[in-house]
Amino acid sequence: MTKIKRLFSFWEKLEKYTLFQLFVSFLKISPSSFGGGYALIPIIEKEAVQQRKWLSEREIADVFALAQSAPGAIALNSAIFIGYRMKGKLGALAALSGIILPTFLIMIVLSLLFLQVHDHPKVEAAFTAIRTTILALIVYAALKMGKQAIVNYAAMIICIAAVLALYFFSSWLHPIFIIVLGAIAGIAVCSRHSDELQQTKQEEKQQTAAQDDYSDYMI
Amino acid sequence: MMELLQLFITFFMIGLVSFGGGYAMIPLMQTEVVNRYQWLTLDQFTDVTAIAGMSPGPIAVNMAVSIGYMHKQLPGAVAATLGIIGPAFLCILVLAAFYKRMKNNRYWQGSMFGVRAAVTGFIVYSAIIFTKNNALFGANMWYTLSQLIIFGGSFIAIAYLKKHPVYVIAISGLVGIALYS
Repeated sequence: MTKIKRLFSFWEKLEKYTLFQLFVSFLKISPSSFGGGYALIPIIEKEAVQQRKWLSEREIADVFALAQSAPGAIALNSAIFIGYRMKGKLGALAALSGIILPTFLIMIVLSLLFLQVHDHPKVEAAFTAIRTTILALIVYAALKMGKQAIVNYAAMIICIAAVLALYFFSSWLHPIFIIVLGAIAGIAVCSRHSDELQQTKQEEKQQTAAQDDYSDYMI
Repeated sequence: MMELLQLFITFFMIGLVSFGGGYAMIPLMQTEVVNRYQWLTLDQFTDVTAIAGMSPGPIAVNMAVSIGYMHKQLPGAVAATLGIIGPAFLCILVLAAFYKRMKNNRYWQGSMFGVRAAVTGFIVYSAIIFTKNNALFGANMWYTLSQLIIFGGSFIAIAYLKKHPVYVIAISGLVGIALYS
């Protein structure tokens, strides 16, 4: 009994350190992130704003905006940024390792299982159908992303050009260059039509406001 | 050791440009992992995509873990994961300082506009190669029809009925066992 008591008091002591709190909070959140980031936004918000009171409502909105404009998954980026705001680089590391650890382990176990059973005819049959469902998920992700990104003809042209370039030139043109070319094209378009950009930004805002049901699982 | 470093560097590069989520990164990963380094065969790669989509966590990171693991066991998984989250980590630390200024910078806005549009193209292309790699449709009439029904059903369940992807994948797996074994 005393051992258990000691363990509890040890836990309580640990719980007082913000670094540890960051780790535990994101560790708890992580497994509920099936399919990616957007589903996690309301959960992160609840934990960081209401439970732990680390940030205010307005600050968390800034966190999500920044998390979206950096490369990488929005949930990871939010965790890193919240950690960084609370406790600097160490905080960022603590939050990141919290959110990454469970999914990392789950993925290892699944890969291991898959390597063991992938020759089994039942598993093969299941995967024949699952691959098609994944295709449906990819198509849905494309539509979601397209809604946000394709705001005018210029964006549509960049998008179509990217598909064609990937399809026909992928043997010698590295996909990274296509992304870089997209960025350059974007700068060229926007410096010519800065009014248009303002307009698209407003539309974007309206759209994100309309998407507040957080049903987006993708990304 | 060299191979681990190569895993890290490759996924660091992918992490650097991973805008628009995991499915947008499929063409890039396939170029590097299957065509260039031949860490996995095309079939293995498609299966990894399916497993990554079934698991919690960001798809790109899941794929990195799985590809790293299949190539070099646990050390490989760690190297690939560190690689793919490294750029995001560094970028956030830098962006956190400059964000207020960046947000209204015209070049930044312009490049994000272009990158988002291009990345949408990447996801569309992912769908195309995923179909092609798997020969999802084709073989024979009955097979094509059943696949089209699974595709339509899955899409409706996810997009309109707002079902959780995990349920849809689980049900789809059972349907697959019933139909194809």
